[in-house]
Amino acid sequence: MVFKKTKSFYALLTKEELSAKERWQLIKGKLVRFFFGFNDRRGFVMKLVIYTLLVCIGFVYLYPMLYMFITSMKSLEDLLDTSIRWIPSALYTENYSQAYSVMNIRHSLSGSLLIAAVPTMFQVAVAALVGFGFARYEFRFKKLLFALMIFSFIVPPQILMMPTYRLFSNLELTGSLKAFVVPAALGQGLNSTIFILIFYQFFRQTPQSLYEAAEVDGASQFTCFFRIAVPMAVPAFIVAFLFSFVWYWNETYLTTLYLTSQSNSLTTILLQLQQFQQNYEAMYPVTENSPNKINEGIKMAGTIISVLPLLIIYFFLQRYFVESVDRTGIAGE
Amino acid sequence: MKIKRKTLYGYLFISPWLVGFLLLVLWPLIQSFYFSLNNMRITPTGLQFKYAGFNNYLDVWLKDMFFVQELLQFMLNISLRVPVIVVFALIIAMLLNEKVKFQGGFRTIFFLPVIVAGGPVIDQLISQGATTVPMVNQDVILSILTQFFPMWFAQVIGELFNQIIIILWYSGVQILIFLAVLQKIDPYLYEAAKIDGGSGWECFWKITLPTIKPIILINLIYTLVFLANSSQNPIIHLIYTNMFAATRGYGFASAMAWMYALIISVLLLIIFFVFREKKPKRMI
Repeated sequence: MVFKKTKSFYALLTKEELSAKERWQLIKGKLVRFFFGFNDRRGFVMKLVIYTLLVCIGFVYLYPMLYMFITSMKSLEDLLDTSIRWIPSALYTENYSQAYSVMNIRHSLSGSLLIAAVPTMFQVAVAALVGFGFARYEFRFKKLLFALMIFSFIVPPQILMMPTYRLFSNLELTGSLKAFVVPAALGQGLNSTIFILIFYQFFRQTPQSLYEAAEVDGASQFTCFFRIAVPMAVPAFIVAFLFSFVWYWNETYLTTLYLTSQSNSLTTILLQLQQFQQNYEAMYPVTENSPNKINEGIKMAGTIISVLPLLIIYFFLQRYFVESVDRTGIAGE
Repeated sequence: MKIKRKTLYGYLFISPWLVGFLLLVLWPLIQSFYFSLNNMRITPTGLQFKYAGFNNYLDVWLKDMFFVQELLQFMLNISLRVPVIVVFALIIAMLLNEKVKFQGGFRTIFFLPVIVAGGPVIDQLISQGATTVPMVNQDVILSILTQFFPMWFAQVIGELFNQIIIILWYSGVQILIFLAVLQKIDPYLYEAAKIDGGSGWECFWKITLPTIKPIILINLIYTLVFLANSSQNPIIHLIYTNMFAATRGYGFASAMAWMYALIISVLLLIIFFVFREKKPKRMI
């Protein structure tokens, strides 16, 4: 190649012995490479398409959150004014203070935390035990039991709901935290199957020879579990904790069933959100001189409040959520 | 002796689950089947059973005004939504699998709905109209679609557009699963294909898709179960209202839940048999 020695493309172009046609060819080649890429490098066009798509889809994902946030900041005048779409005319936080008092935050927040945290601990502990049992030992009917476990995930909860409810009310478990702890401790909590599968996958990947070596040294099976398996499975534990916490937090089906039928003190934020309108009307009755009327702004403020704790957790721990699948190898080998 | 001890420990470790399964899954299953064969009345003295045979099941199909209608609607919705969710998840996962900047940031955004999407939250958002893309005019789409398709089909597709955000919001977990498996595909496979002159398009169909086929199956099943059991589902609402309705009661609601479960299982089986890995036929 004649041009090999030239330092830059510009220097190459300004070389005198080149004819106009050759120059044009050089520029064209460079442009084609820039726009369409070569070998493994993506061209500019392709990159543009990818980023545009990602940004557009990302916007679609974020749109409801943005909408929720903006609406919650609008006063009644702003809501009625169709010319105001994205930027409220003034900073207005009255919605939040109203929603805060309607939802009885202090009380429901502690209820939510309790219902999310306590069953989660039982659920994760039991899921780890069961996952270890399935992964480490060979026993009769193992395949059958494993299939039954997956089956129990697919069974619609409605079939089981009525008899379970009767069973629990006979045992006087309803209306308290026990209605959530007992199933969790028996491996039938919220999406327990998924957690058992996570731990199963994880424990199967740890080399069996480790356990064998420990056994030779005289460790019992439980020592093996607590001293070898558990310390190695820390990522799986984190993932299971996070997901279980979030799912219990967002659960309304069971909480409605077990907590609202009795008048008791335990309540969650999402239950409060469900009954937001009734509670609001009870708290701010419509009278002649104060025309209190619930509006979207207040509702959205309530919604924001109910997701805020999770959002805060998410922004601190999002790395663990997002990397969860890689870490636990759910996708299989 | 050694083998027996292992069996013992195996059962010991899974015993909490086993007890839970027998007590909280199997026993309620049997009970609810028994309920569904009876007319149940809640009286002050307790529950009253009157054996009704399979009448409840017949009633579900013949006498309930909403069940068949809702079921058809649901099947139609499911058969559109499940593929849309899975395909979207795959596309987004492939985009994220490219070497893009802010990959972590994008992942964070796409996974956000999994955290936020609780039942009442979504209900609120739907009722506020925050889940429709503002730029898309529903009426225009509907009027175009009705020119090509019968009305019922056009309506379903129109609704699909209407709820596109919610549908996308349901695909967070699927995206992660796809992404994890895409990253595990050996890059040498693509390199070898490129040397043999394969284009990106061909690589996708001949390498990517066959490799991730089992994961597609998992995602399909996950999506179907998730949609079927979500509290936004009208049929589940129907079962719930029937349970506490004075004229219908537990027996009828149980029968309905069983029929629903049966239909979901059939759908799952269909998906499973279409997408399962076929054993390679042996050449003799």
